[in-house]
Order: sequence, then structure tokens, then C-alpha cells
Amino acid sequence: MSTVAPTLEPAVSTRTSGLVALIGHARYVLAENKVTGFAFGLLVVILFAAIFGPWIVPYDPLASDTASALKPPSAAHWFGTDQLGRDIFSRVVVATRLDTFIAVASVALVFFLGGLAGVAAGFFGGWTDRIVGRIADTIMAFPLFVLAMGIVAALGNTVQNIIIATAIVNFPLYARVARAEANVRRNAGFVQAARLSGNSEMRILLGHILPNIMPIMIVQMSLTMGYAILNAAGLSFIGLGVRPPTAEWGIMVAEGASFMVSGEWWIALFPGLALMIAVFCFNLLGDGLRDIVDPQRRT
Amino acid sequence: MTAQPLLDVRDLTVEFSTRRGIVKAVQHVDISVAKGETLAIVGESGSGKSVTSYAVMRILDRAGRIAEGSVMFSGVDVKAADESAMRDLRGREISMIFQNPRAALNPIRKVGQQIEDVLKQHAQAAASDRAEKAIAALEQVKIARPRERYHAYPFELSGGMCQRVVIALALACNPQLLIADEPTTGLDVTTQKAVMDLVVELTRSRGMSTILITHDLGLAAAYCDRVVVMEKGRVVETAKAADIFGNPQHPYTRKLMRATPRLGVSLRELLPEDEASSSLQAQSVIAGLDPAIHPTSQESVEVMHPRVKPGGDEGSAEGHRSAGSLRPLLLVDKLVKEYPRQGASATLSKLFGRKPAVEPEVFRAVDGISFTVGHGESVGLVGESGCGKSTTSMMVMRLLDQTSGRISFDGEEIGNILPQAFARLPLRSRIQMVFQDPTDSLNPRFTAARAIADPILQLGDVKGRDALRARCEELATMVGLPHNLLDRFPHQLSGGQKARVGIARAIALHPKLVILDEPTAALDVSVQAVVLNLLQDLKQQLGMSYLFVSHDLNVVRLLCDRVIVMRSGRIVEQGSAERVLGDPQDAYTRELLTAIPHPPLPAH
Repeated sequence: MSTVAPTLEPAVSTRTSGLVALIGHARYVLAENKVTGFAFGLLVVILFAAIFGPWIVPYDPLASDTASALKPPSAAHWFGTDQLGRDIFSRVVVATRLDTFIAVASVALVFFLGGLAGVAAGFFGGWTDRIVGRIADTIMAFPLFVLAMGIVAALGNTVQNIIIATAIVNFPLYARVARAEANVRRNAGFVQAARLSGNSEMRILLGHILPNIMPIMIVQMSLTMGYAILNAAGLSFIGLGVRPPTAEWGIMVAEGASFMVSGEWWIALFPGLALMIAVFCFNLLGDGLRDIVDPQRRT
Repeated sequence: MTAQPLLDVRDLTVEFSTRRGIVKAVQHVDISVAKGETLAIVGESGSGKSVTSYAVMRILDRAGRIAEGSVMFSGVDVKAADESAMRDLRGREISMIFQNPRAALNPIRKVGQQIEDVLKQHAQAAASDRAEKAIAALEQVKIARPRERYHAYPFELSGGMCQRVVIALALACNPQLLIADEPTTGLDVTTQKAVMDLVVELTRSRGMSTILITHDLGLAAAYCDRVVVMEKGRVVETAKAADIFGNPQHPYTRKLMRATPRLGVSLRELLPEDEASSSLQAQSVIAGLDPAIHPTSQESVEVMHPRVKPGGDEGSAEGHRSAGSLRPLLLVDKLVKEYPRQGASATLSKLFGRKPAVEPEVFRAVDGISFTVGHGESVGLVGESGCGKSTTSMMVMRLLDQTSGRISFDGEEIGNILPQAFARLPLRSRIQMVFQDPTDSLNPRFTAARAIADPILQLGDVKGRDALRARCEELATMVGLPHNLLDRFPHQLSGGQKARVGIARAIALHPKLVILDEPTAALDVSVQAVVLNLLQDLKQQLGMSYLFVSHDLNVVRLLCDRVIVMRSGRIVEQGSAERVLGDPQDAYTRELLTAIPHPPLPAH
């Protein structure tokens, strides 16, 4: 055993030093790029609200209190109250979880479907490429939001169907990016070398090509995350998707919209701001993430 | 030398601000170029030779700046000149030829128009005669049928043609100074000769000065008046070209010279004097370790002994058999690879039945070649780009299916196994390959250890993480890669280290045949010398055979027992390395040999 021990030790120590290097690199990128640092700060706030939201809010987001309905922002109700006297601050914070969940789930789903289909299309070419390409073309032939509306209307008004609709709508984006990236690499030297090492084509695809495409895919995920949030909120706004009284930014904006005319601006404004900040954050994050995950930039 | 140099660089220091602080790429460099003089700046990658020329043109990127010193170009202070003055200078007074001619040309514009652009930019020609001047410029660089080629797009021209167009662009405005940054690195040796002859002839006839930036000391000495040798951002030696080979002063120049493959030296002599002896010692140490751990390598050594039964059934096999009637390790018989011809013209003409198709429907990349590789033999496969040598090696590797012909490896027919099926066969591990570009052939997201372990994980018999790690470290020792580099990613390794990782991966499964596809083409000469020696040592240790694909005859001469010369898919000559390269029978082989730059040889 004593002969094994020395070979094991460096492997362990280098693995931890790799993690340290990654953290150091992330810190460098954040310090170098203030905007990315800011976006990461926003992300931390959003994630905190999504995870701990229900426990930290001062009021029950669903409890109505008609006595204090339509009150403007005050010390008791920071963002004011809506027509049923529900505290808007509590509702905005609690809604974070549902909105981010829809976005994350749909992006994960489309990454899995679109990413794999695209990588396979780019790597194998031929019929795989043609089929994936035509599916993407078909989806892109429709106005995307109208397509999402149609899917939710057809499948039914549930959170699950919003996720599926958002994923389908984003499919062409992922398939095309993954296809282009895989296509460039299909005859790269390291792919040939992997063939010589006895890797099957499927293993080359998943083990060698896919990891190289991840940085681009992660950027893509971050960018479509913002779009997914908007899409979910948009569907809820027009009455498809999440139903009242659930706290959700899109519904809240929809409910508040009718009160704007009579001067109760806070009902629609604060959920709208939350929506904007979330989308803004995920879009900013994209480029910063690329710098961190790309090993070429790590020196 | 004239009293007033055309270009006078004094005490030049160029700094780059990077994450790790300020890096001085060039330090206190003095270079002067007289009118009509041809100067070479020679150095390996990272020596600052290109940065020096960028500083002269003032085209350093944003992070770089001239920190100290002065650059005077025919009375103009380049460092102080404003941007519009510099723009006038570039192209009209100083112009540049880049390494990759395709990248230097705009792919979607006709080459003639691109020459016109330069003429227009510097108001060298009126609109009426611009086209004529562009055609004249093409004519001067000896492009045949310039009137037709005026309308060609860069992708329609060969690499050598593109470089001629780039030269035409650079010379269109009759500059006083031409900077050629590795102008022939990507080109074949005969094309290199043609391009260099052209550059020298044109610049001499116009009385221009030239700076040739190159890593090839032989090329520099053959074509230039004076040579400046740079190392790590400093000029270590400046001498007349005739003197530098005969009487190098600086130790670095001597090291560089020793490492340059040339006539009449052995592989060992390429290494620096002190390292040559130490590497031999290291080799014997490894060889002492080996047999206990490498049962397979022992086995293959045994196979080398003449107890194999004569291959009587291989009666159809032609070619030279230095190993007598022994069954060869690899036998290639009448191998053909055809590709369908691209382009609609053939289909269209067939459709309308107008012109009878002059060209055949298919293009034969490899046209019925036969050769053998014996056990423990090194065979060089030589030819210029497009001769089919890479296609041949791909078919032997079973990465590509042939159109017809037989490939037999160690007595087994492998030619009829489809490439996809071959990947999972145990036979796969017997034939391995070292790729041309060490950077491209390593997965950027795999560490060195993971890259070396990949074939073992797929086809090897080493089980368990620790045993795998131990095997990787053992392989790293064999190829001379320090163990602490095993956990690095390819971009954290130097070119030579990446080449070692590629070699370790290729020998991980104890292959019998390793195909070396220009394994040192992307490396500096001193690294190339070390890698070639390493390959030779490994071959002897492990009893492998090499099929060495290369265009560099000097390297082939050093490493190979036999040489096969290919041209347009056919073998024009084959035989022992000494015979083919010493006394070539075919005109093409002679042409290849004379195209190698012949520097003035040192007096032994």
C-alpha cells in the first residue's frame, strides 16, 4: 500500500488546487469586470429571495385585508397594497421562486433537448442534421410568443405546460448554436485522436465535443433565462399560465395595469421592476460567465 | 553599408500590460537596415521577432506600447508620428507579408480588386488605368494568365498563388521596405523556393530593403545579407549571413544551428552538446526499468526476430523488401481513394451534352499505391501538400475507407473493416498516430493526464484510478514530461510539452505501428531536435515501426530507414533513405531536394 499512497496524494492536492484556481479566476474576472460583479450580486439577491422568500416576508402573500386595500407605499407596506389589501412587497418577493423556477426548468429542458439535438446534428451531419434543422425551421416559422400561447392553450393552463412551451419556443436557438459549434469541431485533431483511442462516436459526442461546447451553451442559457422569465410572465399577463391568486410577476402586472389609470401606480410598477431586474441580471451574467468557464481564458 | 540606414531601431523596448503585470516582449533592441539590404531576424517562438516588426509598423495591439528607444524610418520618427502619417507610411513606404496568405486576403473579393484597393488608398493610379496596373502587379509576381486571375477569389488559388498575390499587394505601391513575417512557413518546399526567389528578385531589382522574419536559420542564411538572432526579446548576435553558419559567436546561435537538420549530421548531433550525453544516460535508465512493466513491448521485440514464417501467400506484393521475404508489419497493395468531383459544371455539361467531359467524374487522391513497412522499420512518406500522403495515412489508420485496394496489418486484412467498426476492435490499439498540430489534437478541456489516459480507459487493461495514474506517470517519464505538468490543461503547456503528451497518448497502448503525421512541423527547431530524438529512443525501446509522413526531407533523412516519395497520388520513387535522398533517380525527388534552402555550410 505504501507504494500507492504517494501517487494518490498529488492527485488529491491538485484537484483542490484546481478549485482554488477556479475561485481565484472568478474573483479576477469579477474584479476586472465591474458589470459582471454587479450582475452576480443581483443573482445572489434573486436566489436568496427565491429560496428563503416565504420565510422572510412580513405578510402572507395570499392574505387579503380589505381594510387596508390600495394603500400607497408606506413604512408598514413598503411597496403598498393591492385591491384586496395584500402586501405587494411580500407578493413580489414570494413570486421570485415561481418565476425563476419556470425559467430554470424550461432552460434546463431546452438545453437538454435542443443542445443534444444540435450537437448530434452538427457532429453526424446527414439525415440527423436535416431532421433537426427542419424541426427548428418549423418552430421558427411561427411568431414565437404566439406559438407559446398556442401550446399553453392547447395543453392546458399549468406551470408544467408553461415550462414546456417556453422550452419549445427556445429550441431553435439552442439547436443552432450547438450545431454550429459541434460542426466546427467534428474533424478537429482531438476528435480524430479520440477515435484512435477507441472511443465510439457517441462517446466522442458526449465526452469530447459536448464539454467543449459548454461555455457557449452556458452563455446561451443565461441569455435565454431572461427571455424565459419574460415569456412566462407574458403568458400569465394575458391570462394563460399561472392563475390568480398565486403570486406571480406577470399576473401582478396584469392586475395592477387597470389601476394605473386611477393613480394606483405601485401595484403594477414593483412587480414590473422585479421582472426587469431579473431579466437584466441574467443578460448581464452571460458574458461574465463565459469568461469564467472558458479554460482558454484561465492562465 | 550606406552611411544613412533606411530603418534605424535604437534601444527599442516594447511592453505589454497583462494580468500578471508588465511583460517586456522586446528589450533594448538595435537593428538597422540599409537601403537595398536584406536582413533576416531569426528566433524561436516568443523571441520577440514579430513584435519588433509590429513596433516598426506601429501595429501593436492595445496592450502593447513602445516603452523606450526610437524607431527612425528614412528620417521619420515612427514613435512620434501621428496616426494619419503612419497610415501613409504603411503600405506605401513600408509593407508587410504575413504568414498565412489566406488570412491576409479578403475571401469575398476578387484578388484584382484587392490590389486596386491598395492603389486607390495611396493614390498610386488613376481610376482609368487601375485595373491595368493591378494586372501588371500580378504579372510581376509571375502569376500565369494574370488577366484571368484578376477575377479569381482567394479560395480558387493555391497557397503559393495566394502568397504571390499578397506579395503583389505589398509591392503594388513600390515601398522602400518590405517586412516578410514567416512568408513561407505554411508552404511546400518547392513553393517556398519559388516565393523566396521571387521576393529576393523583386526587391533586388527595385533596390528595396527587406526584413525577413523567420525561425529557419537555413532560410535566413540562404537568402539574406545579414542575420540578426533574437532570443527572449534580446538581440544576441548580428552577423553577415556568410559568417553566421561558419563562425557563430553566441551560444544560442550555436544551439540553434546545431538543432537545424541538415546534410551530414546524425539525430544525436542536433541536441546541444551537454544534453546529448545526458539524454543517452536518461534513456538507459528508462530502458533498465522497462521490461518488467512492458510485457507487450517485449513481445513485439520478439516478433522482430526472424522466426516469422515467410509470407509465401503475399506473392502479389510489390515494392522493396529490405527485410527479405519476411512478412511485413504493414502491407499496402494497390490502394486507391477516389472522391467525386465537386462543382456543377460537370453535371451541367452532361445535362446539356455540350462539351464532352474532359475531366473524369472522380478525383483520385491516392492512385494505386503499394508499399510495405517492416517490423521495427521507419518509413518516410514524403511529398508536397495534396500528394495524397495524409489520405494514405488516414486509410492505413482506418479513419477513412478506401475505394479499392488491400491493407494488411501483421497478417490480418484490415482494409475491409469499416472505420467505425475498427474503433472498438482490440486491433485499434496496435496502430496509433501522433498528430501534426499538438494543440489541435488535444482536447482543450482535458488535462494532460486525462488525455494520456483516454486510450487506456477505452482499450487498455489498466483498472482503477491509482493504477491508471501510475501508468500515466510512467508514460510521462518515458516521454520526458515532468509529472507536475500532468494536471495542466493544454493551453498551460508549451508546444514541446503538448507534443510529448501527444506521443505519450500514442504509445500508451503499446502500438506496433505509429503513424507520425508531421509531428514536429509546428515546433521550434530546438524542440524539434529533442522530440525527434525522443521518438527515435522510444522506437528502439518499444520495438515500434514508424510511418513518418512529412514534407521535410532533412527530417526524414534523420529518422527513416526507407523513403517513399509521392506525387499526385502515385509513388514516384522508393528505396533506402540514403539511396533516395543521396542519389535520387526521379526528377521530382531531385526537385524537392534542390528546393531545400542551402545555407553556406560550416567548415567541419
